[in-house]
Amino acid sequence: MTNAALPLSAPGTPSARPVRRRIGWGWLGIVPFLLFAFLFLIAPTAYLVVGSFQNAKGALTLENFQQLFSPAIIATYGNSIEISLVTALAGGIFGFLLAYAVISGGLPGILRSALMTFSGVASNFAGVPLALAFIFTLGRVGLFTIFMRTVLGVDLYAGDFSLYTKLGLEIVYLYFQFPLMILIIAPAIDGLKKDWREAAENMGASSFQYWRHVALPILMPSLLGTMILLFGNSFGAQATAYQLTGGFIDIVTIAISRQMRGDVLYDPNLGYALAMGMVVIMAISITAYSLLQRRSERWLK
Amino acid sequence: MAFLELTGIQKRFGEVAAVQNFDLAAEAGEFVSFLGPSGCGKTTTLRMIAGFERPTSGKIVVKGVDITNRAPNQRNVGMVFQSYALFPNMTVADNVGFGLKVRKQPKDQIRKRVGELLELIHLPDKAGRYPWQLSGGQQQRVALARALAIEPQVLLLDEPLSALDAKIRVSLRNEIRAIQRQLGITTVYVTHDQEEALSLSDRIVVMSEGRIEQTGTPFEIYNFPSTGFVARFVGTLNVVSAKVLDPTAGTLETAGQPIRAAGPISGGHSGDSVTVALRPEIISLGAREGMNQLSGVVDDVTFLGSIVRVRIRFSDGSGAISFDTFNNPHLAVPDRGTAVTISFPPEACLVLDRAEIAAAAAPEDPDAA
Ligand SMILES: Nc1ncnc2c1ncn2[C@@H]1O[C@H](COP(=O)(O)OP(=O)(O)O)[C@@H](O)[C@H]1O
Ligand SMILES: [Mg+2]
Repeated sequence: MTNAALPLSAPGTPSARPVRRRIGWGWLGIVPFLLFAFLFLIAPTAYLVVGSFQNAKGALTLENFQQLFSPAIIATYGNSIEISLVTALAGGIFGFLLAYAVISGGLPGILRSALMTFSGVASNFAGVPLALAFIFTLGRVGLFTIFMRTVLGVDLYAGDFSLYTKLGLEIVYLYFQFPLMILIIAPAIDGLKKDWREAAENMGASSFQYWRHVALPILMPSLLGTMILLFGNSFGAQATAYQLTGGFIDIVTIAISRQMRGDVLYDPNLGYALAMGMVVIMAISITAYSLLQRRSERWLK
Repeated sequence: MAFLELTGIQKRFGEVAAVQNFDLAAEAGEFVSFLGPSGCGKTTTLRMIAGFERPTSGKIVVKGVDITNRAPNQRNVGMVFQSYALFPNMTVADNVGFGLKVRKQPKDQIRKRVGELLELIHLPDKAGRYPWQLSGGQQQRVALARALAIEPQVLLLDEPLSALDAKIRVSLRNEIRAIQRQLGITTVYVTHDQEEALSLSDRIVVMSEGRIEQTGTPFEIYNFPSTGFVARFVGTLNVVSAKVLDPTAGTLETAGQPIRAAGPISGGHSGDSVTVALRPEIISLGAREGMNQLSGVVDDVTFLGSIVRVRIRFSDGSGAISFDTFNNPHLAVPDRGTAVTISFPPEACLVLDRAEIAAAAAPEDPDAA
């Protein structure tokens, strides 16, 4: 993998002798990392790819991928995409407005650091503890639900509401989605220069015109990019949903675990293909994110 | 009535008095510079004209109209920022046309005007570029065109050249001045660079600690500074401390040697401490009959190309005087450490601010007294 074969000095240089590159022992240092990457990243992925093209007997097949297009599985993907879109949009917009208010709204600085600390914690608060926290507060016999019913006489569960549905899951996801938005969008908001607003005002622009023509276009790559990240974040979540709904909500990550654990259904190869579908969606998201990110870095430097 | 008038302007930020007792009357088409060290209130004053800061008291009038409390986007005053502040998401053409676009001017009219302005700043082929594809000097020219697009009544520039390197700084400042003359636009230019202010301005306002030290033409400011601060800050005047010997005869003593001013020292008393400013162009090496003479030791010699700058130090340690001689390959420059005598006519001595010197002689910290 070295380019020792390439001539390192220009032709015609008097001492044009083949240069022998010495291979040092420095590469030994990254061996543990490579080993780790191979064992826990590359090997499982390869296993997944291979498995998705095999049937139960180990023969080569495209059947698993054909099954992905069955109405039931398309509906599953549809649910996952819907939940991810809703929480990415709602969390993104809410998180952005909150971050903007705290950074540029002339509020005391202590509020900003408080919000950032909260966001740092909340954006990592997911999985079983998050689900339980919501069950204990907003569940049928949750603290808040009881409080509302007994003290204020409002029954949250009188209508269609349930924490264990798509809407409930979206509310729970929002708890880590909008803090993540705050964390990622804050530097972009900081990057908006005061001079831009003043230059716009100076040329006669109203506040609305400044937002429409300057601030929003500059922030747009970051906003969209971060929302894509939120989309992926919620698309890949499993433990929260599993704990909250007991595995009864129809989203891709739960469908995969159902095929792998095999209580009722058992088809690990279909599970692998489902995972491959996720990989494709994630890859598209990450590509879009990095393209947008590169664009906004150019602007905000 | 002047075109742009600032009357009794004050600006406080909490306890800090950023600008005090600021008065200015600029005529239409005049190029006025605010000159002073960092933190003296230049930017704050400029921002009050633009409307980004409200004066604590005082009045700002443009063409007879009081604009003191108008919003910045209602003022029709063009501003060029030190940071260029070009919109990174827009092309050069869109940046320049922005002010016209928010004024809802027809598209073809905007395109025509943008074309004219890009000609004016000599960047007609850069219309489709983005700011990050331009050099600093080009960006600042675009910012100038953008500010001019709305045909502002007053053009404001806040240290527009300080982020650029020296060569571009000089050529761009000449370009700015040429465009300003061509358009006849009333201009306020903020800088901390005395050479910039002297070379560009019709009039200079020298500021220090939020106050005006002196207002005058570059000629007046440079040749007849009215305070020690102006003498020290503007130009390369030598400032030495001296004692008045005889005010009516105009004699003084500096570095233990007697010198003579051109005339009587009005308001001075024998024994007063004063500041004497000496213009370097009039000082020459060697003893000359009928002139003031001071003896000292050559402390430093700096070769500046066509000019050689020599610094003399006095034996009693009371200060130094620098002066320039033209570089002449046939004449030797004195070596460091040589004892020399310099001469200058009485007219070269400017006796400054007796009061200030008297105050400076008192303890530095008034609370400590
Ligand atoms: N927004 C502000 N808040 C508080 N103090 C300020 C503000 N703007 C300027 N100042 C103070 O006012 C003084 C003048 O500042 P400025 O006008 O920026 O000076 P200059 O442009 O001459 O360097 C400084 O002491 C500065 O610290
Ligand atoms: Mg300034």
